[in-house]
Amino acid sequence: MAVTGAVMVLFLVLHMLGNLKIFLGKDSFNEYAHALRTLLEPLLPYRTVLTVLEVVLVASVVLHMWAAISLSRRAGKARPVKYVAKKSQAAGYTTHIMRWGGVTIALFVVWHLLDLTFGVVNPKGFDSAPADRMIAGFEPSRWWVTLIYIVAVVMVGLHLRHGVWSAVQTLGWANSTRNKVLRLSAGLLSAVLVIGFLAPPLAITFGVVK
Amino acid sequence: MNLTLKVWRQSGPSDKGRMVTYKVEDVSPDMSFLEMLDVLNERLILEGDDPIAFDHDCREGICGMCGMVINGVAHGEQRATTTCQLHMRHFEDGATITIEPWRAAPFPVVKDLVVDRSAFDRIIQAGGFVSVPAGSAPDAHSIPVRKEDADAAFDAATCIGCGACVAACPNGSASLFTAAKITHLSLLPQGQPERLSRAKAMVDQMDAEGFGGCTNTGECTAVCPKGIPLDAIARMNADYLKANAK
Ligand code: HEM
Ligand code: SF4
Ligand code: FES
Repeated sequence: MAVTGAVMVLFLVLHMLGNLKIFLGKDSFNEYAHALRTLLEPLLPYRTVLTVLEVVLVASVVLHMWAAISLSRRAGKARPVKYVAKKSQAAGYTTHIMRWGGVTIALFVVWHLLDLTFGVVNPKGFDSAPADRMIAGFEPSRWWVTLIYIVAVVMVGLHLRHGVWSAVQTLGWANSTRNKVLRLSAGLLSAVLVIGFLAPPLAITFGVVK
Repeated sequence: MNLTLKVWRQSGPSDKGRMVTYKVEDVSPDMSFLEMLDVLNERLILEGDDPIAFDHDCREGICGMCGMVINGVAHGEQRATTTCQLHMRHFEDGATITIEPWRAAPFPVVKDLVVDRSAFDRIIQAGGFVSVPAGSAPDAHSIPVRKEDADAAFDAATCIGCGACVAACPNGSASLFTAAKITHLSLLPQGQPERLSRAKAMVDQMDAEGFGGCTNTGECTAVCPKGIPLDAIARMNADYLKANAK
């Protein structure tokens, strides 16, 4: 969970930075999307680097889900008889929504790929410039799409607030002296990702970016 | 104080079990939780009923026998306190209290609130020891130990093996117990030669017993009567990863 999660977090940071290019203008964003596909060209054929990254990402997603499902199944087997009364004593609610958060995010990623990658549920369709797809996707009349993104991105934020620290703990690098800084960093990273991801859709929906 | 208890009753390992409601009257706030159950049991015996079976031994918070889940919390809501050290003054007059045994497949119910925690013994047997030459006792201070390490090792060694961590964990994981036992040896010079093989053997035994996997929820440390911190688990993970990398 920790290693595959880290790969995805790294992806999210780059993805967020890429998205913010929309504020530098449509051309800047389109050039960036084009650059992703032509990275290391002509050394390597069109889309080699991107395809490799996509394979790594898909592998991470699948392994992350597999690990979550097996942990969940082991947990079920370890407690066949449930408590009549059970009260949580640990601080924080984020740990309790990890599994539901994961499912929500997975469903969102499917919708999101159909929207902005394949253009199936996007007004502009597949044969359009990435920036046009993005701007059309979040136009004011499609406020409900923006709403879906808000819910999903907030879920990502909550997932990572626990997840990032948890990964460090799993890898054995956490301890009481470091925990304060580690938990704070996890919260900060999550907050930055949420704000960075939500800025473009909100700016488009509210007409700041056209 | 007058209380209503909802207690898990199960006549034996193969019985399905059920919650049974009892009224207990004239409970003194100065009684411990176990004394309150003693009072109820005396009455049950006089009435010809089967008394409620529960584990206990020292009644002073050091043996680890007395675990039960009280109102959904292992050892009750009072922090860093075993059930035997929990006093009735922490409850309201007229309150309803649910009492259940530890719930985990590796801790099968023997009777009522008594569970079999032999799985912990087998985890210890797998590696919770140091192989030292037996014979005359070594001189004190013949091996220097840093004060910080001695303190931390001692803190980890205060784990009484009660199993509250397992009971509270949503995954039914025994990581906090196993990590406490690994930590108190791995911090001391005597524990170094077997450090990695110990971590591997104990973690593998823990998994083989059918405990769940740790997802770092922190429920364990919150109910631990000895306040064993999550640090112990990180240390165990680090040793386990190193052992497997070899
Ligand atoms: C609300 C903020 C987001 C916006 C505006 C956004 C925008 C985009 C766009 C425009 C693309 C297509 C890029 C291209 O064609 O070059 C894309 C791809 C993608 N996005 Fe997002 N995204 C957002 C949030 C997220 C989140 C939170 C996740 C994951 C949890 C995510 C996962 C992905 C994935 C997996 C791809 C496909 C990457 C590939 O195939 O190379 N996105 N996103
Ligand atoms: S770690 Fe704490 S809760 Fe777990 S067995 Fe030891 S003393 Fe009990
Ligand atoms: S009876 Fe010994 S710790 Fe409670």
